[in-house]
Amino acid sequence: MNAAREVPAVPVPPALELRGIEKWFGNVHANTDVSCKIERGTIHGIIGENGAGKSTLMSIVYGYYQADAGEILINGEPADIRGPEVAIAHGIGMVHQHFMLVNTFTVLENVILGVEDDFVLTRSLEKARTELNRLEREYSLEVDPDALIEDLPVGLQQRVEILKALYRGAEILILDEPTSVLTPQEVDQLFRILRALRDQGNTIILITHKLREIMALTDHVTIMRQGAVVGHVETAETSREQLAEMMVGRSVLLRVEKKKAEPGAAVLEVENLHVRDGLNVRRVNGVSFQVREGEILGIAGVAGNGQSELLEALAGIRAVESGRILLRGEDLTRPGAVRTPKSMRQLGLAHVPEERLKMGLVESFLASESGILGHHHEEKYTGRILTRGRAILDDVARQMKAFDVRPPDPSLLTSKFSGGNQQKIVLVREIDPNPDILLVGQPTRGVDIGAIEFIHRRLIEMRDEGKAILLVSVELDEILSLSDRILVMFNGEIVGELPQASATETQLGLMMAGERLPAEAAK
Amino acid sequence: MLEFLSLFVLIIDATLRVSTPLILAALAGLFAERSGVFDIALEGKMLGGAFAAGAVAAATGSAWLGLGAAVLASVALAMVHAYACVTHQGNQIISGMAMNILIAGLAPTLGLAWFSLGGQTPALGDGARFRPITLPFADALADVPILGEIYSEIISGHNIFVYITLAAVPITAWFLYRSRFGLRLRAVGENPEAVDTAGINVYWMRYQALIVTGILCGVAGAYLSTGQNAAFIRNMTAGQGFIALAALIFGKWRPVPTMLACFMFAFADAVQARLQGVDLPIVGVIPVQFVDALPFVLTVVVLAGFIGKSVAPKSGGIPYVKER
Repeated sequence: MNAAREVPAVPVPPALELRGIEKWFGNVHANTDVSCKIERGTIHGIIGENGAGKSTLMSIVYGYYQADAGEILINGEPADIRGPEVAIAHGIGMVHQHFMLVNTFTVLENVILGVEDDFVLTRSLEKARTELNRLEREYSLEVDPDALIEDLPVGLQQRVEILKALYRGAEILILDEPTSVLTPQEVDQLFRILRALRDQGNTIILITHKLREIMALTDHVTIMRQGAVVGHVETAETSREQLAEMMVGRSVLLRVEKKKAEPGAAVLEVENLHVRDGLNVRRVNGVSFQVREGEILGIAGVAGNGQSELLEALAGIRAVESGRILLRGEDLTRPGAVRTPKSMRQLGLAHVPEERLKMGLVESFLASESGILGHHHEEKYTGRILTRGRAILDDVARQMKAFDVRPPDPSLLTSKFSGGNQQKIVLVREIDPNPDILLVGQPTRGVDIGAIEFIHRRLIEMRDEGKAILLVSVELDEILSLSDRILVMFNGEIVGELPQASATETQLGLMMAGERLPAEAAK
Repeated sequence: MLEFLSLFVLIIDATLRVSTPLILAALAGLFAERSGVFDIALEGKMLGGAFAAGAVAAATGSAWLGLGAAVLASVALAMVHAYACVTHQGNQIISGMAMNILIAGLAPTLGLAWFSLGGQTPALGDGARFRPITLPFADALADVPILGEIYSEIISGHNIFVYITLAAVPITAWFLYRSRFGLRLRAVGENPEAVDTAGINVYWMRYQALIVTGILCGVAGAYLSTGQNAAFIRNMTAGQGFIALAALIFGKWRPVPTMLACFMFAFADAVQARLQGVDLPIVGVIPVQFVDALPFVLTVVVLAGFIGKSVAPKSGGIPYVKER
């Protein structure tokens, strides 16, 4: 008799278990009775809309916040995680959405920060260099240890974050929205790295609101809504539709239904446009295209490749270095032409800026005030001297109802609305005057799924009414599902145009990384 | 020609003496600002230190006790700043300004109450002051032309503060770039969130930085009242704390360039003092007004032309708030 056989198999405790986690921020119940088990050696997704409490939960696991109630168990042992240093000691590492790196430091300095061995750094730096070499070989995480962080592209900065966690001995790695700043190719590399880490027995927790990533990478998924867990599923046994429904609480349309575009005459024509940014760096370099009635022209690209400057130049915010902008055939860049946001609006060009909090509205204003920005001088809002308070309130309330802004109360502070509702306030303000052409940048950034669906439908409706729409987005899904034609911008230039029907994610991803369109694919 | 050499020697000698409190204060500012805390109260802390040193040295007859008192007083003031700005996230400029105003009034008031000398502290005897130190062979070598003169007049014959200060610069540089403390200090001024997530206490780091700031300002203050002079005099810092801040910016928050910037200010000041009424070869006597303006002209020229982009620690002036 073999004695070992009689011992009942001890179940392996989960790498991380949460029991009844509660967290309040003032009056906001950020986490309500959250419990979940994360098995060792798996990739576990936590999915939910913005504000569902995912990041708060993981910040509690990492000791950044303390839970008001509940228990955290690591490998079956209760752990009192009072601070990040305790989490690190328990083998928990975190890659934050906004990298926690010191930009003026080298990779090595960032890696040893907080875990230096001696008062004098020389030895720690040498040790880290050797260890990084090993990790690089093991997981193909190449990065120059002496490079300054500020000189590295974001994809590599993220690697440094992963290396930092591994150097600290992390066995449970939490990644918070890790793909939001990456190109599709960088995402693929990241996923390869994460799978390699899992196969070595590490546990990966992936926080995201992107269904595609959950389906592509994870083994198990926990779905959160409004601070609470609404379900746990095996990735292999679920579908995007089911996950979306659980996230939102009702079924959603993932692909926007739309009929074929019937483009008409060109509304906006751009010829060989060059634009410089505030630091006098040329950001748009010889761009030409047309936007026609009844079509949505999508501009894809990794953020920072000149899309912002292009939008701003077209909206009359930024000066044009050279080239022409024609609106319904009228040259707006000829000498003496007035080209301000106000004049553009009067010519029927509306603009929904990329960053609503910086350019779209004023958070400390009432919704009624944010809702008339740029239109405040119009006669319906303003008399000879004073504004017409009642008229403004009524009109903004009407607009808010039309776009299902919740709550539809124009006398609330703009900052009290969620991202999606703020975005709707900006959108309805620009769409309500019935413009001929709409420029819209990142229409659904930081917006929850329900609102995304609403916004997408409205944009399609506008197109079907014969309006021209120029859509700039870094979300490939959005570009692919809305656009009729797709341009890809890289480094200030348009590297190619694809009709929506023939565009694939891979093709777009390569172009976003600067690859020119092969000649045969363009046909 | 020899006359010109001795004038040069005198000016360099004066430059060293004038630059000592500037360098100490600028290094004090460096520690504070590298940790992300603006400290415009270098001036106030120096003045407080100068008063404490003058008063304690006068009462006890010991220069060293005076120095100790200066450091304690200045660190105490720095801790008030830390409590207001780090713990309670107050506005760093307002706290610093309040401290400057407070000390400018408090020191003479206490002086008047304790010593009844119109706000000054009593003149210190030799035992209660830091006297110049004559380095070995300085007297013997004094007659050797040029080199001997340089050694005995410029290098030798300063009080201990001058030598401490010159040593403090490379020591600070070493701490800043080669030690764990320096790494964390630089990190906390650039990105305190990164420091926090690395498991380091941001607040404690900033407190530590401000303790160092307090010590250095206290030493600078003691130098003014027990080294360079022989009593505390009302407003004896005369804006040097602010000039030190300017030097810190000129020096781009780096120890050695900051020291050089302090030398430049001190040199301009020494030249200005020496050139008044002196008959220079070729040029003759320069009108006093021009001489007076020299340090300021130099400042403007350097600011406009030579320093290039000076980037402050990114989180300077922003209190760190952990929970939203």
